[in-house]
Amino acid sequence: MVDVFDIYDKMERNNILLSFKGEITSDLLTSILQIMENKMENMQEEPKIKKKVYNVLVECLQNLYHHLDEISEEDTDRSKSAIFMIGRENGKYSIFTGNYILNENITSLKNRLDDVNALNKEELKEYYKKVLNNGEMSLKGGGGLGMIDIARKTGEKIGYNFLEIDKKVSFFTLNIKITNNN
Amino acid sequence: MDKYAIEGTPKTPSISFDLNSGVLEIKGRSIPENSIEFYKPLVDSLDKYSSGAKSATTVNVQLEYFNTSSSKCILDVFKKLESIHKGGSAVTINWHYEEDDEDMLEAGEDYQAIINVPFKMVMVAE
Repeated sequence: MVDVFDIYDKMERNNILLSFKGEITSDLLTSILQIMENKMENMQEEPKIKKKVYNVLVECLQNLYHHLDEISEEDTDRSKSAIFMIGRENGKYSIFTGNYILNENITSLKNRLDDVNALNKEELKEYYKKVLNNGEMSLKGGGGLGMIDIARKTGEKIGYNFLEIDKKVSFFTLNIKITNNN
Repeated sequence: MDKYAIEGTPKTPSISFDLNSGVLEIKGRSIPENSIEFYKPLVDSLDKYSSGAKSATTVNVQLEYFNTSSSKCILDVFKKLESIHKGGSAVTINWHYEEDDEDMLEAGEDYQAIINVPFKMVMVAE
């Protein structure tokens, strides 16, 4: 039997506004964004933070959407499903995402995240322009601009973790913080 | 009556491009998952326009949100405008941003730094 209260209690204690586990589709993202926009409207959030949260949420969710596509041909059982949660505590937002990733893709992703995390505001701006202007446009997204954009807009380091599940896959989690200071 | 126009949706902006007057307007949100597909018709109409461009071309961009997938496509649109500008049509890009939206202002300045076309940053009161 699923302990529903346990899940509820954990979410409550972590101030989760919204969470979802399952397949990420384009329509789902449209709905989630609409819900979050209404929620922030109802909470009378400042326009500045509302815009930041919305922007970063779009990048996080679309990352998830495109990433699941990539892995689904390899491992249909586990790869279709992902989780994300949006929390708010003392006016600060946190976005958490989690999805399976092939172990062979970890190193390049980790390097990319470390590279972005090592840059300051001005360096991120230059890096963004460089990738925007020179980078190859991938069919699926902005060709690596997403993480740079998230780091730039939040002014925070991107938190991440890889939990090895077996020889083939790991569970990749991202934790993005958004405060009003940037 | 050469005009390319589409209505906005929750994820895509409204676009109106009057090839006879040389006025292009992009307004709303640009956060589609597949931006290339969305922007292709606009890039095609700019190609068509470039052979008989007016003496002046005015571009009004007023975006509330755009994702990184769109940012590359917007750059492609601006690159087309840059070559139209070089070809002799005086192009001006009016980049609108809301008063408190520093991120949108910065995004405009990023394009301004890359594209060799006169930009005007236009502040919009909320």
